[in-house]
This record gives sequence, structure tokens and C-alpha cells, in this order.
Amino acid sequence: MSVNDLFKQELKVINLGLKSFQNDLKSQGVTTVQVNWKPKAGGKKNMLNLLGRISKTKKL
Amino acid sequence: MGCPAKTSTRARHMTLRTKIKRNAYYDSVTLMLLSRELQNLEGVEDVLVGMGTDLNLDLARDLGLATSELEALTPNDLFIAAKIDESKTSMDVLESAFNDYLNKRAETDGDDDFQPSSLSSAIQSMPGANMVLVSIAGEYAAAEVDEALDAGLHVMLFSDNVSVEDELRLKQKAVEKGLLMMGPDCGTAIINGKPLCFANAVRRGKIGVVGASGTGTQEVTVQVHKLGEGLSQVIGTGGRDLKEQIGGLMMIQGFQSLIADPETDLIVLISKPPAPSVAEKIYQIAKTSPKPVVIDFIGGDRAAVEAAGAVPCISLEDAAQKAVRILRGEAYADFTGFSLPDEQIDRIIEREVAKLKPDQTELRALFTGGTLADEAMKLLGVHHDIYSNIPLSPEMAIENLPSGRGHICLDLGEDKFTRGRPHPMIDPQTRTEFFKSHVDGNTGVILVDVVLGFGSYHDPAGAVAESVREIRHRLAEQGKDVVVVASVCGTELDSQDLNKSIETLEAEGVIVLPSNAQAVRFTDRVLQRMKKGV
Repeated sequence: MSVNDLFKQELKVINLGLKSFQNDLKSQGVTTVQVNWKPKAGGKKNMLNLLGRISKTKKL
Repeated sequence: MGCPAKTSTRARHMTLRTKIKRNAYYDSVTLMLLSRELQNLEGVEDVLVGMGTDLNLDLARDLGLATSELEALTPNDLFIAAKIDESKTSMDVLESAFNDYLNKRAETDGDDDFQPSSLSSAIQSMPGANMVLVSIAGEYAAAEVDEALDAGLHVMLFSDNVSVEDELRLKQKAVEKGLLMMGPDCGTAIINGKPLCFANAVRRGKIGVVGASGTGTQEVTVQVHKLGEGLSQVIGTGGRDLKEQIGGLMMIQGFQSLIADPETDLIVLISKPPAPSVAEKIYQIAKTSPKPVVIDFIGGDRAAVEAAGAVPCISLEDAAQKAVRILRGEAYADFTGFSLPDEQIDRIIEREVAKLKPDQTELRALFTGGTLADEAMKLLGVHHDIYSNIPLSPEMAIENLPSGRGHICLDLGEDKFTRGRPHPMIDPQTRTEFFKSHVDGNTGVILVDVVLGFGSYHDPAGAVAESVREIRHRLAEQGKDVVVVASVCGTELDSQDLNKSIETLEAEGVIVLPSNAQAVRFTDRVLQRMKKGV
């Protein structure tokens, strides 16, 4: 969807991170969903790299 | 010069203790605010609550709070590290306060909603989602943004600490797919009338903005609103977008989108001066734009803007004024004065300067908004030597301040002041401490910004008013007073309320001007008047 198409649509937001940003959006009636995000693979960099490679292979 | 030293209890009673919670993830702002709550408990000398990331472990070491237990943590493990007086408190007391704080937050946040555990499941659970707002730790952000763009979603990336290489790659992908990738370190945007992150409540209208400067963009949108017009779209780019490496990819994407947007009649571009090659690309688009373009490249090349057929500006307020006048088909000129008549401004200055003693010669400008501080430096630097953490020349760096004496202007939101603590727009504590440590009997004038809006502290004017009350009380003991000047970046629609904020400040004798530029100009005039003697 192009930027100009976005301008014509209702804004619907997926929020990853600070919950207060989602609360502010909700207070304005914006449809949002909060992701219960935590670092994948316990945040360990070597595991993250491995996961990244697996995910790219899957897409190919 | 770093953050002011904390008042410490006698060190010999203090014991270093650590509490670990495995697989308990909380965001950094929550934990920084929590650290401050725990810091206020009796018997606590110093405390850090954080996830076990490299950044936090470094911070714990620097603060002298590291123990061997921290070494084995992962970024999904939470730690509380504290120096405590065990005759007065214990780690159990801290843990209990920690739980109480989080329980209260959960009640306020209404955490009953379904929360998918990953971006991909969120995309599945929310058909029609069109924007992903990312404010997780920067080291993990690029992977999530990549996934969002691959799914055809626009992105606002609030996180900082994202590499230039990742930024370039992600923006190239966004442009290829015709998407927005606002950021990293993008603090403000208003899309389809909905403010995102730090933005003010302003009416909708015909002026579109693309901004690379967060509080600069906020100030322009607020001034447009005050002048009776409104905003169609406000697109943020992140502060690095107009540097050579990124090439202005998002500024150009935003600019072209606003040219194509039938709801936008006029476009305002805001940034610090871009790299020359990037400026040239933007001027080329401006030359062919069928819509008027107002450009505030703060302190940038006026002749080049004019040569591109665009309208140059001398301040953020001036940008808003020119945009509104052009939109209404009215004549315009640089706005160099005040909303009040000059004679009235002079009378106020005489009245205020009469309060001062001859040795009160110095400025203390304490800003929470980076671009507002930048604008102040550019305008004040013409007539005065100002020491700063964002100096106009290297020799005026704050580290070179001779014996602590001289004019000082600080951007308190800069990294060196926010390490391990929330940005001063979220939590006024940093500025409160600087009021205590940097204002003294030689200070003649204090200049502050008060930024309202979504994301900001619930009562920033109240926090400034309290600091001013304390300072006046302290100076009164020396038979002195001080001039305090402020501007409020906000509207009557913001939850903090512009009018209520102004009343709160004026009740403490603060001179409130209607824009940052006017507050700075007023301060300039006060300083010039002080030079003549009081």
C-alpha cells in the first residue's frame, strides 16, 4: 500500500515497545494491538543470527 | 560535566546487593522510571533496574553497581542492583516496591487486551493493519522493521541505536515498496490526524510537514494550530535522514507523497542544514513542486532555498507564520519581533532586570527539546558567547567553560544526560537537578522550554514552576531574585492544556512568550540590557 493510499485509510497500528504509546493511540480511538515483545532466542546474538539465516532460507 | 551528583548517604554503611529475575521482560522507560522510584526509598544510595543487555551492564559497572551475578545475565533477565544501608532497608523492601509499581502500571495500562507474542502473529490477528510503531531496544529493532516492510506495512521507528547501514538498507527497501520508514530516532508524526509518539493535538488542515527534527516539527505544528490553520499529514524522517549516507530518502519520499496528496495545499520541510548533495536533491523537487514549499533548514543557506523557488525561514515560528500567510494568500515577511508591541516588551524587560544585582550576569538555558535548544543556540549565538553541549564552535563546548562561569545553554535530552534515565520530556527530574546544580547567585536569566503533548510528562509546567519556586527561595536568602523566561510548545487540545500550563508558570512569575523564537529573542534582549548594567 503506497503512502498516498495510507492517507486515505483508517490508521491501524501494531505497537512493539513502549505501552504508553499504545495507550495514547487508544485514547484517540485508533485501532491498535500491543505485541508482548521480548528478544528472540533470549537476546543472544549468535542465536539471533542463526534464526535470521533460517528465516531468510525459508523465504527463499 | 555530567549529570549532577546525587546527595549520598555516608558510604561506609552501604552494601552492594543484587536481585535477579529470569525471563521477566520490561521496556527500558518503565525500568528507568522504576529505578527513580526505588532511588527515593529510605536507605537507598544508588539503584539501577534494567534488563541484562550489554548497555545496562556497562552502566551498572560505571555506577559501581556491578556484581559477579550480573555477568551471566541474558537480555531477557531483569536485575535490580543497589547500594543500600541494611540498617534501614533490604532488597526485599526494594523488590516489594518494584512489584507494587508494576502492578499499578498494569492497572493503568489495562493489560487485559490480547497481546500477540510476535509481529507476525500481530499481523495475522489484525487484518488491515497499516502501520507498525517500533520502540524496542535499537539492537533488535532492524529485524522487526525488516519484517514489517516485507509485509507491506509502513513503519515509525522510535528506537535509536540503529546503525546507519541498517537505516540505509531499510529505507531503500521502504522506498522500493512505496512505504514510509520514519526513523530511526523518529519522535514525532501525525498521520491521518492521529499523533504518534511525541506529538501535539492539533487540528487537521491543508499544511503538510516533513520534519527531521522532533521538537522542531512539534513547534511548527503547534504554531500553525495557534494561527488558526491545521495539518494534513506530519511525516518524521529521523535526524540522520538528510546526511550524505542516507541521502534524504525519507524526506524525499514524504515530500513527493505530500505533493501528490489532494488534502495538502502547502508543504513545510524542517531539518538541520542537510548535506549539500542532499539539499540539492530536495531543491530540485521544490523547483518543480506545483504546491508552495516553505523550508526551515535551521540556520541553513537562505539564497539556495530562494533559488529553488521555495520560501526560507528564520525560525520555526517564522516557518509556521509564512506557511499560514501563503496558504491564505496574504503577504509575508520574516517575523523578527514579538506578538506584543515592542514598547510593552521593553517595559517588561526593564521591570525584570530591575530585580537583579550587578553580579547577576549569566544565562542558564535548560532545554528538554533538542531542536528548540538548537534554535536558541543559533539565535543567541549571534550576540553572546554561549557554552553548550551543542556548541556553535568547538571552543564553546561546555567542557571549556572557565571555572563554571559564563552563559550556558544545554540540550538536556542529549545522550550524555539521558544514560540510564528517561528523556527529560518524559521525566522532569534531570532538569530539576540542573536547576539545583547550575543556577546560583551569578545567574541573571533562566530560559526553559515546556513541551506538552502525547508522550510528554503529565505536568511539565508544574515541574518547572516548582523548580522556580525553590530557586527564588534559595536566591532570596542572598537578597537576590532572577528573571525566568519560558515558552510552551503545546495547544489547548493537549491533555496538559496550554492555557493551564501558562497560568501555572505565570503564577510563579515566569515570563511566558508565545513561541520558542520569541522566548529566545526576549532572553537576548534581557542579556543585552544586563550588559548595560542594572
